Amino acid sequence: MNEMTTIKTTLKDWESDQEVRWCPGCGDYAILKAVQRTLPELGADPAKTVFVSGIGCSSRFPYYMASYGFHTIHGRAPAVATGIKLANPELDLWLVTGDGDGMSIGGNHTMHFLRRNINCQIMLFNNEIYGLTKGQYSPTSRLGTPSPTTPLGSVDRPLQPGAFALGAGAPFVARAYDTSKNLTDVLKAAHAHQGAAFVEIFQNCIVYNKDRFADFTEKAVADQGQLWLKNGEPMLFGSVKSGGFKGIALDTEKLALKVVDVAVGEDGKPDWQAAGVLVHDVTNRGVAHMLVELPMGPFPVALGVIYDDPRPTYEGAMLAQDEQARAGKTADLAKLFAKGQTWSVAEEDQGPLSGV
Amino acid sequence: MATVIDAGAQAHSTDNTPEAVVVRFAGDSGDGMQLTGGQFTLSTALSGNDLATFPDFPSEIRAPQGTLFGVSAFQINFGSTEITTAGDQPDVLVAMNPAALKVNLPSLKAGGLIIADTGEFNKRNLEKAKYEVSPIDDGSLAKWRLLAFDISALTLEAVKPFGLGNKEALRCKNMWTLGLALWMFDRDRQPLIDWLNDKFKKNPVLAEANIAALNAGHAYGETAEIGGQVKQQHLPPAPQSPGLYRTITGAEAISLGLVAGAKLADLPMFFGGYPITPASAILHYLAKMKEFGVTTFQAEDEIAAVASAIGASYAGSLGVTSSSGPGIALKGEALGLAVMTELPLVVVNSQRGGPSTGLPTKTEQSDLYQALYGRNGDTPMPVIAARSPADAFECAIEACRLAVQFMTPVMLLTDGYIGNAAEPWKVPDPATFTPFPVTFLTENNAPDGGKPLPYKRDEKGARPWIKPGTPGLMHRIGGIEKAPDTGDIDYSPAVHQMQTDARKDKVDGIAHHIPAQEVSQGTQGGKLAIVGWGSTFGPIHQAVRRARAKGQDVSHIHIRHIWPMPANLGDLLKSYDKIIVPEMNTGQLKTVLRDQYLVDARPLNKVSGQPFTIAEIEAAIDAALA
Repeated sequence: MNEMTTIKTTLKDWESDQEVRWCPGCGDYAILKAVQRTLPELGADPAKTVFVSGIGCSSRFPYYMASYGFHTIHGRAPAVATGIKLANPELDLWLVTGDGDGMSIGGNHTMHFLRRNINCQIMLFNNEIYGLTKGQYSPTSRLGTPSPTTPLGSVDRPLQPGAFALGAGAPFVARAYDTSKNLTDVLKAAHAHQGAAFVEIFQNCIVYNKDRFADFTEKAVADQGQLWLKNGEPMLFGSVKSGGFKGIALDTEKLALKVVDVAVGEDGKPDWQAAGVLVHDVTNRGVAHMLVELPMGPFPVALGVIYDDPRPTYEGAMLAQDEQARAGKTADLAKLFAKGQTWSVAEEDQGPLSGV
Repeated sequence: MATVIDAGAQAHSTDNTPEAVVVRFAGDSGDGMQLTGGQFTLSTALSGNDLATFPDFPSEIRAPQGTLFGVSAFQINFGSTEITTAGDQPDVLVAMNPAALKVNLPSLKAGGLIIADTGEFNKRNLEKAKYEVSPIDDGSLAKWRLLAFDISALTLEAVKPFGLGNKEALRCKNMWTLGLALWMFDRDRQPLIDWLNDKFKKNPVLAEANIAALNAGHAYGETAEIGGQVKQQHLPPAPQSPGLYRTITGAEAISLGLVAGAKLADLPMFFGGYPITPASAILHYLAKMKEFGVTTFQAEDEIAAVASAIGASYAGSLGVTSSSGPGIALKGEALGLAVMTELPLVVVNSQRGGPSTGLPTKTEQSDLYQALYGRNGDTPMPVIAARSPADAFECAIEACRLAVQFMTPVMLLTDGYIGNAAEPWKVPDPATFTPFPVTFLTENNAPDGGKPLPYKRDEKGARPWIKPGTPGLMHRIGGIEKAPDTGDIDYSPAVHQMQTDARKDKVDGIAHHIPAQEVSQGTQGGKLAIVGWGSTFGPIHQAVRRARAKGQDVSHIHIRHIWPMPANLGDLLKSYDKIIVPEMNTGQLKTVLRDQYLVDARPLNKVSGQPFTIAEIEAAIDAALA
């Protein structure tokens, strides 16, 4: 996002007149509402906000927002967004993509968008399946996923979008899921970050990959299955009620993360220090890498802002360089055309007068 | 060449001085032949001769020394009369090694002059060039004039005082050769000396050494050490229309034209590119023109290059992208998006030999079908083709104009030959151009004050251009079929029919906003029309000129607007008994003309990676009129 004058809007101001056409019960509805709820809280201006998307279920998103929007082609949204931002850095840019659009056909553009660090919020709706093309497995589908193209189950290792983003050099990586009440806070943090803010949102595809994330999003398992990270706070999860407090600590021998049980102290609070639980530091890239790679099951799913370490944006650096190159120069076309060695031909002699 | 007055009757030929001379410099790709040719070109231009050049080099950056495939050549045709091609056959061949001689000898005119560096005709180089015996010694060069001497040794001698290493000293060979060439054609050395001083200003010793080599080559000619073989020739200046001139390559001309076009449209320009031969030069030039409101972006691939340009156009800049055939293929889907979202975009295709990687550094015109038809769906796009370096400037401006006035991507076709070749260019006065400033929509255009109508078409069929950031005009666009006016997603049968028709009508309608087709030489109607497009202009022009001088009834029609074609073209073509379409492809424009006008257009095709010679087209004219 950019420094801009905040304006007053309501959720309604962000709803377009288009009928939303996702399947009933699709996780996309919850994300749409969360975004429409977040923007008024940010004081965002619909006239200066642009949603750019590729192709897929998630990429229909811009049509439902009463801002500017560009529904582009499969995988290419980051490239289109780059041109938009370079042409007008004042625009508040949101990129909507999916696991197929952003990690498969558009993987190259996503990589370079993050590497360059274009100031933009990237929402990657990860439902681990191709929905709009009717259920083929995606690059994030878990091993063994049966689908029309993998009737015996997929055999290729899935990709971790968070790890991809960190590997590509994203300065901000966060995770949330469609129906989470914390999604708004994650989006706000992404918006506050000056640069490419990558947010992976686990999204339930009700038709082709139903309840894929239920093993950590369901109420009964949420407490032990979700690790919500907050900068400066211990990596704690669980509760006495759900089977005890737990935390993430460093296994110094293996240089890996491990889950430790956390006892309740005399004050009734979890004594995380005694258990050696790590304090989350959003600028620690090494730990961020470990967090996004934690296998679900033995570990909870790391959610919230995992990494946030701003650096200069591409458009900022490039446009500053352009300005510098332009400083003190005038755009004189006549001079430009006549650059280099020239000679004159006069009316009378039809020959060269002078070589300059 | 475009600005040269047709010399015709007023030929300057006196004594035995020819009207025009063709010189070909050939050597190893590391010998600096392109640089030698470039500097000789500049000196030719400064002396007032008209000229055309043909750089012909391998795709390897530094091919193994002395090999046949590593030969790099630069041909220049210059003279006192109008020059429109780089010349069919060289009069002079400068061969810096045996391989250069072997590769280029077949094209040398009978009786032509060979200047060969005997210092390089050693056993190793002869073997690499697959010569069993040195051609210098075995009499096989008898049908030409041979001037063989040890340029290498003479150069080493000339630069001895500067204490260079052997390798560095030998690199001055090209300047020695250039010095000799300057003497041969009575040229002033001073501009070259100035240029060398500037080029090596950080290393004055190298400047001195190169100048010494240049002077030594010149002196070698002057002191008549070369015997009676070569006479100094002075070709008087070609008659040109008055004004200021410079030399320009196609890549430079396109860059300048794009800058001018954006300025006339009153827009900043965004150029998204990805390195590819022979298109990269445009990106290089524009990257240095930031003060003209140009932003250049080297994207991660061809798709991102065009997609970023589309994004920039969406945001209110003039988006431009450029590539060669393989890259244009990758851009195809995005071009469809630009057609569908009706955003202005200029796409430059510097064609090269295909298919696939094909001939990266050689020229061809085989992307015409790709430009016209190479996208999914009914996806019409205006196409313009440049005929020469200087013409490319005007074509680039025209492409910008059509893009913004009709809210459409426009393809500008050039080719490797035009891109690299140089010719004199009359420096235009920017004040003489007609501006075509863009007006963005800033007020709601809905008649009833309802929601804005981003797809409401004007009388030309163009939709309004609305910049994101404009208050009150928020709307969504995309690649899905959309309703008229509102642009809301709508793929009902009637709407798709209506919108497909509207997109087609808009592009077809451009035919009424471009100049009518002219006959560039000859008459309207007659026995034979030679119809060309792109860089075949030069050889066709000369061939038709010669044929008409012989009294043959033949006219030349050159098509700049390939799509849509000028409204009068069909009637014009039907006024000739026969039509021949020379093309550096297997007959693409020929097929389009047949399709559009049901005329019996006949092909004349060449796909050797080399431009047509004048003689080849003359022969076709003779055959057709026989």
